[in-house]
Amino acid sequence: MSEMLSRNRARNIFFGGSTFFFLLFAALTAHSHWYMVNVSTDREGLTEAVARGKHVWEKHSCINCHSLIGEGAYFAPELGNVWTRYGGRENPDSARAALKGWIKAQPLNVPGRRKMPAFDLSEQELDDLVEFFRWTDAIDTQDWPPHPVG
Amino acid sequence: MKYASQQLALPYFAVAMLLFLLQVVFGILAATVYVMPDFMAAIEPFHIMRMSHTNLLIVWLLIGFMGCTYYLLPEEAETETHSPLLAWLGLGIFAVAGAGALLSYQFGIHEGREFLEQPLWCKVLITVSFLMFLYNCSRTLLAGRKTAINTVLMMGLWLAAIFWLFAFYNPDNLSVDKLYWWWIVHVWVEGVWELIMGSLLAYLLIKMTGVDREIIEKWLYVIIGLALFSGLLGTGHHYYWIGAPGYWQPLGSIFSTLEVAPFLAMVMFAFYMFWKGRRNHPNSAAMLWTLGSATVAFFGAGVWGFLHTLSFVNYYSHGTQVTAAHGHLAFYGAYVMMVLAIITYAMPQLRKVQPFNQLLNMWSFWIMTSAMCFMTFTLTFAGVVQTHLQRVLGMNYMEVQSQLTIFYAMRLGAGTVVAIAVLLYLVAIFGPARQRLPQGNAAVAA
Ligand code: HEM
Ligand code: HEM
Ligand SMILES: [Fe+2]
Repeated sequence: MSEMLSRNRARNIFFGGSTFFFLLFAALTAHSHWYMVNVSTDREGLTEAVARGKHVWEKHSCINCHSLIGEGAYFAPELGNVWTRYGGRENPDSARAALKGWIKAQPLNVPGRRKMPAFDLSEQELDDLVEFFRWTDAIDTQDWPPHPVG
Repeated sequence: MKYASQQLALPYFAVAMLLFLLQVVFGILAATVYVMPDFMAAIEPFHIMRMSHTNLLIVWLLIGFMGCTYYLLPEEAETETHSPLLAWLGLGIFAVAGAGALLSYQFGIHEGREFLEQPLWCKVLITVSFLMFLYNCSRTLLAGRKTAINTVLMMGLWLAAIFWLFAFYNPDNLSVDKLYWWWIVHVWVEGVWELIMGSLLAYLLIKMTGVDREIIEKWLYVIIGLALFSGLLGTGHHYYWIGAPGYWQPLGSIFSTLEVAPFLAMVMFAFYMFWKGRRNHPNSAAMLWTLGSATVAFFGAGVWGFLHTLSFVNYYSHGTQVTAAHGHLAFYGAYVMMVLAIITYAMPQLRKVQPFNQLLNMWSFWIMTSAMCFMTFTLTFAGVVQTHLQRVLGMNYMEVQSQLTIFYAMRLGAGTVVAIAVLLYLVAIFGPARQRLPQGNAAVAA
């Protein structure tokens, strides 16, 4: 590196530049926060049930097998759009019943197939979880995933 | 070793290495389930193995960073560590929190966000212990000489602690949750931890090449500047599809591409100083880990990161095995290898012997590194096939997975080799010091 750049000069550029980029990043994050709350997610639809459903999801750490909008583990299918996949957008009642039925049927007794544990959820918890999936499915994800299979 | 309190690093290194071994064991368990889905099905489900694996990684790396700090800080600051008692207490609390979390997982007690599964009381203890550590080391720094190396190191550690506080914020809105979750996960590994990595690298190079401090410290500021200028807005590569505005697609693509720059600078820095330095340091194993870390970090983070960071590529590869491939090589090169480099460098001083077991240590380097690379390649192939079948052709997830069995078997094989290499490393480091140095080199150590 040339003699033009002394150590102290390099340090000052580091502090100045980092502060600038941090402030810019914080400002854009604040805007994104606002955008998420008001534009890209269903504000009125974020009910108590959806919030409870998110906690059911977290309590059993579903994220450590499944991905949700592409983040999490890669051991089991994507669930961010599972509501769409089960036809919930056309026929919510049958999608709800099918999703609850699937969760209750675990573990499937198919040797050699990946297992999903039985979580022993109450009817209330199952309903909340499905509400959470329905709400998540409606997030404006810029058209991700490319295909409904997730 | 000039300062008695540097000895505090030893218990930190011992705990970190024990947890490293456990991390790899849980990795192998999880990889086995991929190959034999019925494996341990009745005893421990996959998600518990996985969270144990990833949490152990983070916990041992943090303990490793603390050990590195207790080792180099007195030397850099030219004064003893402020309070040895606090260092012991901090380690005790951190170990209790880490072990507590690991143990709770085995009984199904955990929180539910990826990497942040620690029960609340563990999170609180981790915070308390880390603050004790920061207080202790900041006092040391304030009382002593301030170099670029110890200043940047402490800055990285403080910033890591500050961003960690987002772990306590869990909004009901999933998109907002993800928005700030990345403020920890991304900003740590592609931001403030790079400050830690850069300063550890600079320390090792000063010690082992004998190149002028002025030059090394200038490079250090350039590297961490590149890291933060690119890495903060680079967070945008995680904001493409989670409900954030569309402008993150160009912004995240451009800035995260620039994130390659600090890793390129680090590998150039390391080799340039290595060739420039005239000193032939007797601890060649430590030099090997140092150069290896910069190199593998460049490939794992830089090359494998760039592979899927552009928004129009990420649209297809997001959340596939490509991500797992990159996550493994990046963490391994940048942070695992850097901590192993410092341990390899410090151990002879801590044990008060000349560099020892060099050959065994270098064997463990080559075996571990090749096996991690092999694991990365096989996961990359799996990821490319998965991306094509599932994201382009629209084949069902479980059907696609059944096409990938061969790759998962090879990953398990690679993992087993990694575990053997870890054992070799532990023997090289903690086992009896056998190897004698050739006459004449002995005077140069330290
Ligand atoms: C040492 C530095 C790095 C480490 C330790 C690291 C680690 C990781 C990990 C563990 C993930 C997965 C997170 C999850 O669970 O979803 C990830 C994702 C990602 N990383 Fe890195 N990374 C590093 C640097 C980079 C760099 C420099 C780039 C870009 C050039 C990059 C690009 C990405 C992208 C695009 C994703 C998202 C993948 C997806 O969409 O599924 N990473 N990284
Ligand atoms: C014996 C060697 C190892 C094996 C067999 C192994 C196996 C695994 C498995 C099966 C997963 C879960 C992937 C999924 O969700 O589908 C995983 C995740 C992960 N492992 Fe390992 N692992 C090993 C070593 C390591 C090492 C040395 C590191 C750190 C350098 C590491 C870091 C990670 C990370 C960061 C994740 C989360 C990835 C993500 O979210 O994208 N693993 N590992
Ligand atoms: Fe990132």
